[in-house]
Parts: sequence; C-alpha cells; structure tokens
Amino acid sequence: MSRRILIGLATLAVVFVLWYTATTVLGLIAPGRFPSPAETWSALVHIWDRGYGGGDLVTHALHSLRLVVLGFLVAIATGVPLGLFMGWNRRAEAIINPIFLIIRPIPPLAWIPLAILWLGLGDGAKILVIWFSAFVPSVINSFAGVRTIERPMLEASFMLGTPRLRFIQEVLLPAASPMIFTGLRLSLQASWTTLVAAELVGAFYGLGRVLNVAQQDLYPGMILVGMVAVAIFGWGTTRLLGMLETYTLRWNTAALAARG
Amino acid sequence: MQPPVTFLQSVALGFLGLGLFIGLWYVLSVSGFVPRVFLPSPGEVVDRFAVLMERRFAGATLLGHLAASFERFAYGFLLAAVVGIPLGLLMGWYRLLDEIVSPLFDGLRFVAPIAWVPFAALWFGTGIGGPIMIIFAGAFPPCVINAYRGAKFVDPRLIEAANMLGTPSLRVIREVLLPSSVPSIIAGLRVSAGLGWQSLVGAELIVASAGVGYMMVQGQANVSTATVMSGMVAIGLVGLALDTILRLIERVILRRRGLEH
Repeated sequence: MSRRILIGLATLAVVFVLWYTATTVLGLIAPGRFPSPAETWSALVHIWDRGYGGGDLVTHALHSLRLVVLGFLVAIATGVPLGLFMGWNRRAEAIINPIFLIIRPIPPLAWIPLAILWLGLGDGAKILVIWFSAFVPSVINSFAGVRTIERPMLEASFMLGTPRLRFIQEVLLPAASPMIFTGLRLSLQASWTTLVAAELVGAFYGLGRVLNVAQQDLYPGMILVGMVAVAIFGWGTTRLLGMLETYTLRWNTAALAARG
Repeated sequence: MQPPVTFLQSVALGFLGLGLFIGLWYVLSVSGFVPRVFLPSPGEVVDRFAVLMERRFAGATLLGHLAASFERFAYGFLLAAVVGIPLGLLMGWYRLLDEIVSPLFDGLRFVAPIAWVPFAALWFGTGIGGPIMIIFAGAFPPCVINAYRGAKFVDPRLIEAANMLGTPSLRVIREVLLPSSVPSIIAGLRVSAGLGWQSLVGAELIVASAGVGYMMVQGQANVSTATVMSGMVAIGLVGLALDTILRLIERVILRRRGLEH
C-alpha cells in the first residue's frame, strides 16, 4: 500500500475515534446537534427496515437516481448537439449566444420556484430544473470542444473529400470529445445539486425529502444518513461517468495523460 | 468550421436572436397559448420589477431583499476565502497535511452544498448563520482546490533558485510561493463566488425568512409568476456584477505581473 492510502486510512480512523469520543464518551457534542455513531446506525436501520418520510432508503435513493439520470440525459441529448452546432456554425452562434448571455447568469437553483409554479411538486418539475442546470455546461463545453479542433485536421479531411456524416463521426466528435466529457462531468454535478435542492424545497420521495423531513423532526441521525447517501450516489455516478470517459477516450493518450 | 462572420453581421444576428427569443415569449404569453398567470409577458415582468423596487413584498423592497442576501453572501464568501486559501496553500506546501486532509476533503466534496441545509438550520438557525454556512459549503472547495494547485505547481526552478541562494524558508513562502500562486487563487475565487451565490439562492429558497430567494418563494406561493421572474432577473444581475468585478480584479493583477495573454 502506498504511503498516501495508509495516511488516508489512518486519518479516517482518527476522525471516527474523535467522533465517537466527542459524542459518546465525553458528550462534548449535544445529541440534538450531531448524532453519535450509534444513533446514525440506528437511523440507518430505521429507514432501511421501516422506512422514513414515505419510503425506505432504497425507494428514496432510486427515485432520486432516476430523476438525476433522466434530467441529465435530456440535458445532454439537447445540450451537446446544440453546442456542437454552435461551434460549427458561426451564424448560429451569433444568433444564440446573446440569449445565452442573458440566461446564463441565473443560477440553476433560481429556476426551482418557476418550475414548481409551472409543473408542481412532482417529477416533471425536477426534470425541468435539472435540465436547466445541466444544459448550460453541456452546451458551453461542446462548443469549446469544436473550437479547439486544429485547423490542419479540418483542412486535411476536407481536402480528402470526407463525406459529411463520416466527417462528423470520425473528425468532429472524436476531436471534441475530451471537452464534451468535461462538460458532462460538470453537468452531472449540477444535476445532483439541483435535484437535492429541488427535493428539499418540496417533494414526495427522494433523498432531499428524507433530509427535509429529518430536519423538521430534528432527527440528526437521519440527516447524516441522508447526506451520506447523497454523497455516495454523487460519487458513484461521477465514477461511472469517469469510467465511460476513459473507455471512450482510450485512443486519446494525450487527453488521458492530462487527466492523470 | 465556417469562416468567422463580420462584427456587423454578428451584432445584427445577435439582435435577431434576442428579438426571436423575446418575440416568442411575448407571443406565447399574449396569445394566451400559455395561461397568462404562468407566463406573464416581458413587459409585465419589467413592470413588476419596477413595482418591487418601490413597494414592499414579503417584508421588504427588492433592494432590501438583495441587501439581506448580499450581506449573507459576503460573510460566507469571505469566510470561505479566509479559511480555504490558507488551507489550500499549506496543503500544497506540506505533503503530510495534504495526505491527511485530502481524503476528508474529497469525501466531503461529494456532499452537495445544499445537502448541508438541515444541519446548517439545526446549528446556526435560519436567520443569518444557517445561510452563511451553506454559502461557505459552496464557496469553500474551489478556494482550497485552486490555492492548492497554485502552491503545488509552482515552477520548481524558482524554488530551486531561491534555495540555492540560501533564502530562508519563510521568505521562500512569502516571496516565491505566494506570488506565483496568486493567479490560480484569483481564478478559484471567481468560481467560488459563483457557487456561493448559487448556494445562497438555494438556502434562501429552503430556510430563510428574508432575501431574494425568500421573496421568490413567497411569489411562488401567491402564484405571482412575475415576482418569481423579477427575482430571477435580480439574482442574475447581481451574479453578473460579482463575476465582472472579480474578472476586472483578475485582469488588473495579471497585467501588473505581465501575465496577461
């Protein structure tokens, strides 16, 4: 094992011991403020076995995951092509860019009240908000990806008379893909943040709903369980996307080396 | 790529785009295709914005709400900078600290800032403390990460030169490491201001009892779409102003060091 991993594990162990000591042994932190390890465990068992806030942990987590994936897919299915198109077509860029300049400064979370007004507290509003938040990074990075393609490569493919479809498939997409993936990673992060916020504002299921109910019930153990669940799912989906990126870009040694 | 369009063309096309956008919005709203309650026309939003500037809604005028929001933002953002930048720099210089803090930091980073809302409300209440903590949670990571990168990726030749000349280590930090990490720190501050401002909006939507986000929630509860949209415009304008100011500062600093590209 490397020194880095060893020290990391040791740190985590020390933090756990400190947590245990401060909450359980010395009682430095009041139970109403931060849960002890035992309380957290019992909250986990509670939501796992009997359910909390309208469902068990798996139901809530899958509900959130489904919304994030749906919103994210809708956003990239619309954002990436639009970004590529704007990168390619200067006129389209000139037309669309000012609209972007107006909409972009509005933070994604500020769309939540509007989405609730339009679609209520159900799934539709969540997907709409995630779409707004994940759309912008997808567009901007795909756009930048096209603009970073080197001139000689374009000229070579034109000179060889590459048909349009093949050009898109074999030159445009591969060359823009490192930037596209950067955009996707940002979009995914934005999706999770937005979903959690939207669920905290109002929802019937989901991890944000667990946090919301736990906050009202003053149930610190459950709050911690909810937060850890959010972190695990955020980490897991980011990891999956990273694996997809490595697989897709396996031909591109320079991009992979730059990522470390 | 197509050849670039001329400046005049791009301006004309830009206005065309904006015209199409606002025109479509206007037509959808005025024609009644989308109920007026849910999509007020652009003019109505402007009117509402003007009214909110003068009359109180949800306890204060729009400017009053903005002032409340901005105060929280300023505290949270400054706190994040004051704690985050030194931590990042130290992590960049001292390997052991990096190895100790990194695993904790990486774990916490995956908790969306907004997920801190319940604990923030529990620990610091919903007045000013809770929202400040959430802004801090949003603005802190970019401060740390960029200060860390700035300190870690200092040109080794500079450090070697300083060491060779026998510079004492405190002076190396003050005169070599710190100045060469400034551009990265400033870039981090810009990202962190953006995330902090966004987190503030989220926090106010959920817990606060004043501020622009609160005003929007009240607008939503009263089915006053124009109020919600006015809030969005105000938030966007302040966010834009913040980014512009930090961009200017960044340019000035980079220019003074001859780093501007």
